Amino acid sequence: METERTSYWVNHLAQLESEAIFILRETAAQFEKPALLFSGGKDSIVMAHLARKAFYPARIPFPLVHVDTGHNFDETIQYRDEYAKEIGAELVIGLVQDSIDRGEVQEEKGPFASRNALQTVTLLDTIERNQYDACLGGGRRDEEKARAKERFFSHRDDFGQWDPKNQRPELWNIFNGRKHHGEHFRVFPLSNWTEMDVWQYIKAENIPLPNLYFTHQRDVVHRNGSMLAISEVVIPQTGEEVERNATVRFRTIGDMTCTGAVYSDASDMEAIIQEVATARQTERGTRADDRRSETAMEDRKKEGYF
Amino acid sequence: MHEVPHDEGYLEMDLLRFTTAGSVDDGKSTLIGRLLYDSKNTFEDQMDAVEATSKKRGDENVNLALLTDGLRAEREQGITIDVAYRYFATPKRKFIIADTPGHIQYTRNMVTGASTANLAIILVDARTGVIEQTCRHAFIADLLRIRHVILAVNKMDLVDYSEERFNEITEDFKKFASRLNNIVDMTAIPISALHGDNVVDKSEKMPWYQGPAMLYQLETVYIGSDQNHVDARFPVQWVIRPHSDRHHDFRGYAGRVAGGVFKPGDEVVVQPSGFTTRIKAIESLDGPQKEAFAPLSCTMTLEDEIDISRGDMIAKPNNPPHKGQEVEAMVCWFSDNVQLQPRGKYYLRHTTKEVKAIVQEVKYKVDINTLHKIEDTSTFGLNEIGRISIRTSAPLLYDSYRKNRQTGSFILIDSQTNETVAAGMII
Repeated sequence: METERTSYWVNHLAQLESEAIFILRETAAQFEKPALLFSGGKDSIVMAHLARKAFYPARIPFPLVHVDTGHNFDETIQYRDEYAKEIGAELVIGLVQDSIDRGEVQEEKGPFASRNALQTVTLLDTIERNQYDACLGGGRRDEEKARAKERFFSHRDDFGQWDPKNQRPELWNIFNGRKHHGEHFRVFPLSNWTEMDVWQYIKAENIPLPNLYFTHQRDVVHRNGSMLAISEVVIPQTGEEVERNATVRFRTIGDMTCTGAVYSDASDMEAIIQEVATARQTERGTRADDRRSETAMEDRKKEGYF
Repeated sequence: MHEVPHDEGYLEMDLLRFTTAGSVDDGKSTLIGRLLYDSKNTFEDQMDAVEATSKKRGDENVNLALLTDGLRAEREQGITIDVAYRYFATPKRKFIIADTPGHIQYTRNMVTGASTANLAIILVDARTGVIEQTCRHAFIADLLRIRHVILAVNKMDLVDYSEERFNEITEDFKKFASRLNNIVDMTAIPISALHGDNVVDKSEKMPWYQGPAMLYQLETVYIGSDQNHVDARFPVQWVIRPHSDRHHDFRGYAGRVAGGVFKPGDEVVVQPSGFTTRIKAIESLDGPQKEAFAPLSCTMTLEDEIDISRGDMIAKPNNPPHKGQEVEAMVCWFSDNVQLQPRGKYYLRHTTKEVKAIVQEVKYKVDINTLHKIEDTSTFGLNEIGRISIRTSAPLLYDSYRKNRQTGSFILIDSQTNETVAAGMII
């Protein structure tokens, strides 16, 4: 039996797009000072693209905020700066280095040090200094089990913490963003998207991405099951396996100390979609930060991580 | 590995949202795990984690239910405590599952999950058959206007794959469902989630069963008429004013079409002011559009300058929504801290509008196990469902929930705690 179609049939991407645009507009309407968390990763790029659509022909009515560990790929930073300029958005950068300099956080020591965990402090600090009352994030429920119960409008207390048992039910298209002074929300317009949806949408909309997502040659070190790019912050230690000019790409892009590469010769969107379709590991499987324990994400979310 | 088409075929996929309801131990998590696993929507690292946990718990087989286990609190207690959303896709459709627990105290979670669902899977244990909870699940699915139901008679392996037992349960369910209004189609499927019979692949153990396996039903059920494409409704969500040189006088009304179809040139009425004008254009980043229809988001400009703001409704003059400050509704109470109070005051959110509201009268409460009305009542508490009348501080522009899920629904918010305390469906 073929599914019948009326002339008002729309595909899954159009449904997801419409829903995300609705959430973006609700955020602009319900909050006084929203901000869009922009990491230069594909999910935040899709979100910024959706924001352009939501408010066209006006500029997006909130700034792009990037929490920069200082250990990002140069390509990411370059993309971020160019993109913000192109769409005429205000760019606000919170530096983990500033949090370290102010003595708010202690930098991890040793050859395997990562600033990933410190981001949360800088993020909360950036939110507080700028008095953002809603932060749009690119989180998706399919990413990790602790996210499967995340709301579109995720309520955080004055400490930025998430209480999984104290979240507001979300029915139909109605979102309750009422809050007391000092509380704020994280908002996730891509909640219902999967990694595959994101890639299909990028292809369908022809959205340019940082070239880190496509195949390239790079020196890598194998560490704890991840394949990390060798840089001044990831220095191979004695006994670690180093590979020169490996043919790799990244499935997610984050801090260099915890973003693993995968072997790939996918050079265009078509090839990436094919690769995602046959992937045998989840995308966060390439993230060293989720490997620290089985409930790592749940713990970090409670602390205020995205 | 995902069986998702990698060429342009993905543009031909649509979206089905469904909810699952079952009592504790009906095997709901196992069913979802089975759907994900057999349709090749699980990953190696997920399966490794599930295998390791199964071993640690001393489970005999790999416990597919663990695929859907969310938070640590649940894993420790072995129960599901909230609505969790799961995703999978086949070359035909993307699926969003609202996975809601079946315990008696969690009616509100099922209501939440059902509010956006096209279809409900209601699970029954073949050994126990239709029980009170089954009826409650069917009642909620119907109340939330879910048009399509799959009755999944699970654990058929434990009743020797008996056709007679299956027919008996199906008849019991039909008897109950005949008292419900909104369910358009019901398909009963005998399954064993544990062994995978009739979930993704047709079972060889039940040759007497001629119907589809569950996944086939999910892939092919016709949902094209679930959206209202007749009554044009556009709740204004945001007014776009670029104030730029290029778009100096641009004034666009942004929102998500809640019903019907809008085209440039259409005559429209703006409520509550009642002014009429025509649609000048439907704008987008990709250029002007020919039309906009539910459930798409769009931005429209109008021929005349009319004062329009968030919460207003654009409709067609010959078919406007109801306008009024008094509505009757079925509500489900969500709060465990406070009860619904007659004369209680709340914020009411309806489409993109927020108004103050006062409960005028509690008409009756429904005993959701017997469907009997309890009339001598003045309040209700967590997980209770009933009919109330409500008065609002400003007119609502609404339809009955039966006619339109978007313009017929609202939530009540406690003005002290900001908690969402009730979900309402306008009669």
